[in-house]
Amino acid sequence: MTQTRILSRDQSTTGLAQPRIMDDLDQLEAQSIFILREAYRKLKPLSLLWSLGKDSNVMVWLARKAFMGHVPFPVMHVDTEKKFPEMYAFRDEYTKKWNLDLLLGYCPPVEEIDPSLPPAARSAARKTAGLAAMIDKHKFRGVIAGIRRDEQATRAKERVFSPRGAGHRWDVRNQPPEFWDQYATPYEDGMHIRVHPLLAWREIDIWRYIEREGIPLVDLYFAKDGKRYRSLGDQDITNPIESNASTVAEVIAELETSRTSERAGRAMDHESEDVFERLRVAGYL
Amino acid sequence: MGDNIVTESFSETHRAAATPIVIVGHVDHGKSTLIGRLLYDTDSLQDGKLAQIVESSRKRGLAVEWSFLLDSLQIERDQGVTVDSTRIPFRLGSREFVIVDAPGHRQFLRNMITGAADAEAAVLVVDAKEGAQEQTRRHAMLLRLIGIRHVIVLLNKSDILGFDEAQIVKVESDVRQLLGRLEIEVEAVVPASARDGDNIASRSERSLWYKGPTLVEALANVPPPASRAALPFRMPVQDVYRFDGIRYVAGRIERGTVRAGDRLSIGAQGQVATVAEVCRWHAPELPVAGAGESIALRLEPDLVPDRGDLLFPADDKAAAPERSARIRTRLFWLRGEPLRVGESFTLRLATAEHDVTVASIDAVVDLEDLTLREGDSVPPDGFAEITLAASHAVLFDPFSPGFGDGRGVLVDRYQRIVGGAPLIGPAELADGEHAIHPTASRVSAARQVQARGHKSGVFWLTGLPGSGKSTVARAAELALSEQGINATVLDGDTLRAGLCSDLGFSPEDRHENIRRAAHVAKILAESGQVVIVALVSPLQADRAQARQIVGENFHEVFVDTPLETCEKRDPKGLYAAARAGKIPEFTGISAPYEAPVSPELRLPADRPEQEAINTLTAFILRIVQP
Repeated sequence: MTQTRILSRDQSTTGLAQPRIMDDLDQLEAQSIFILREAYRKLKPLSLLWSLGKDSNVMVWLARKAFMGHVPFPVMHVDTEKKFPEMYAFRDEYTKKWNLDLLLGYCPPVEEIDPSLPPAARSAARKTAGLAAMIDKHKFRGVIAGIRRDEQATRAKERVFSPRGAGHRWDVRNQPPEFWDQYATPYEDGMHIRVHPLLAWREIDIWRYIEREGIPLVDLYFAKDGKRYRSLGDQDITNPIESNASTVAEVIAELETSRTSERAGRAMDHESEDVFERLRVAGYL
Repeated sequence: MGDNIVTESFSETHRAAATPIVIVGHVDHGKSTLIGRLLYDTDSLQDGKLAQIVESSRKRGLAVEWSFLLDSLQIERDQGVTVDSTRIPFRLGSREFVIVDAPGHRQFLRNMITGAADAEAAVLVVDAKEGAQEQTRRHAMLLRLIGIRHVIVLLNKSDILGFDEAQIVKVESDVRQLLGRLEIEVEAVVPASARDGDNIASRSERSLWYKGPTLVEALANVPPPASRAALPFRMPVQDVYRFDGIRYVAGRIERGTVRAGDRLSIGAQGQVATVAEVCRWHAPELPVAGAGESIALRLEPDLVPDRGDLLFPADDKAAAPERSARIRTRLFWLRGEPLRVGESFTLRLATAEHDVTVASIDAVVDLEDLTLREGDSVPPDGFAEITLAASHAVLFDPFSPGFGDGRGVLVDRYQRIVGGAPLIGPAELADGEHAIHPTASRVSAARQVQARGHKSGVFWLTGLPGSGKSTVARAAELALSEQGINATVLDGDTLRAGLCSDLGFSPEDRHENIRRAAHVAKILAESGQVVIVALVSPLQADRAQARQIVGENFHEVFVDTPLETCEKRDPKGLYAAARAGKIPEFTGISAPYEAPVSPELRLPADRPEQEAINTLTAFILRIVQP
């Protein structure tokens, strides 16, 4: 009796199933899952900042990967009340679909913000104040945020676990060593740790992962009448770019040839050379 | 320059992850310039970034400075020094790289490690004229200890030597000798000028004698990371979850492969379970997972391992990890104060945490010539070989460059990372040596502060006999307790009545008395207590030892009452007896008293005693109140 055994692509001649060879997205995903699991284990109470943008959607998705379809901590939306209506609709839809424990925070009016900041930065700093109030109220020890090194030079200096001292300040000149996937978790009163699972991702990685996984996004990222948003902030300080990319695949194709930086549409980045660092030291993302 | 490099479009279906390359070297040997040049030559700059560099340089009235690209923080540009590491992607042909910039300033070693630890290859930039300098040696040592396998040396600024073959060959031979001593294999030594672009992306016209690779060719030759899939399976348990009624044992596979049906040993206890299922969410279903994957396992029987338990193949002794409670390890030390024998830490090894004590410092690296010397402490930013003693057997695989094995990290009680400890192997006990395995408290300093409402500290009162140390200490103890602060006084006479009743007043016995007091004070402080020590402690050297034993919590207080006043007070009649020759070696009369040079607090004698008490109480409150 002869039997023909057909080896699948994933089987070697030994007959044992072989692991998939990990590509760059698999490696980024595995590392982010590792980071999220570390944060969940080490930092309680913990929450995830959900800005409703593409990066934080990827982050929620990665949390579901890490915790077998669940997000076992609250997601926090710090609302400036100046977002696009599409974003609020998206928030309500996916809070339900993804079974998220949503915490809403609100921001103080711009009049209460440091008047020495340039106008758009001052407006953006409202979010910092709103976030600080939420962290204090819920006494969060860990806050997961979706920043990436390639977005902005100041963010390139970040740690994966980034301690924030009293007053939520980032001491950029005295950051802890971080190596071999060991993350320091110092704790004193009034301190919390920002966790950055997407730090190593680039904009193009985010889009390729969105395509691979089928992660839903707000429509504003896709071109209408020759314009689309590449980065989403408040309505009054975010500008769309010229683009005809109306699908995820077209956005990826566009990025592969683009040579302008992602935050080009964010007004506050262009007001002065050091404004972004000033915002971040004070607690901006 | 650079037009021989073509930026290819993204087209492949399988993409390897970018190869991280760290660039290290002595300050001002040209690291940042090299990176700027590499990005320019490989056409990797975004338009926005190039414009920023030009604008920044223009504002400062300078020609285009490549290094400005990296010095992106305002504070750094003002100082002209790169502070932290930065990662920048670039590509050569179809291969992607990530450059990690590492700063050259000594005090920023921890930033360099942060950047360099994940690198696959390193470019060590050496000024061709200056040759290897202090940080060149330090960085080379670190490349070895963090396990970088491929090292390319760039002899930068070779134009200053006119690319003269004889001079460059001499520098090359020196550098090769240095790296050879560290058992680092050098892939290439490239004479180059980063500023002008010679031998970076294209071959220089000025060094026709040089037949080796350009820097870009050398980088392209770096092999991809070694596969960890064929090694015996290891997964340290990261956490255990229960979702939808199912228990998941979550973790990342460090090496090897796991399949449904495999029998695994769990941690040091040696329980065995079978893998019932390899679980992922929203991923292709596969009954197998390999090194690098973050997965979850269902086990049969449904055991609940602890975080840190190592999962490894059961039934195969050859595939089991090492097991020892004493471990020899290399060390790079990152704390601001030196490391000493007897200090306790948490050893983090992947997700495991073990209480360890430094049992011995076996050798300290001399950075002048990279030789091993004897030493009893490891200085800040120093390197050493030490032996760690754990309270129980630790499972581990010895450190191996390019793999995740044996990557130990020492963490202090404030949860700060203070050192990297690549584990070498189990330590043998020398003949006649008695193995002690001290344990450290599991209660963190932060938790103790929370529970008690205040921090701890040791306040060491020194002064002549009869200077009022005990009186002031006892009064401060009372004042503190009225404010809800637990303080303990260790005074000389009380200690000598019990713990130290076997000791006399010879210099050796005084030394021992102080040593014991310091250790008791340390134990009390570690349990969250405020400790006021009132001891004559006449010798500077003995007080320095006490400070060493206690560590950063030590505060020296000088009760500065002059001899005449003490002798006039003479509450115990001791001065009179000493003058009469009845007490030998009496401090101030027949034995020396060395006053502190710079005490943290001085209590002068020309004030009413109540003022000294108030001053001391306020001083303690300021330090221990959170």
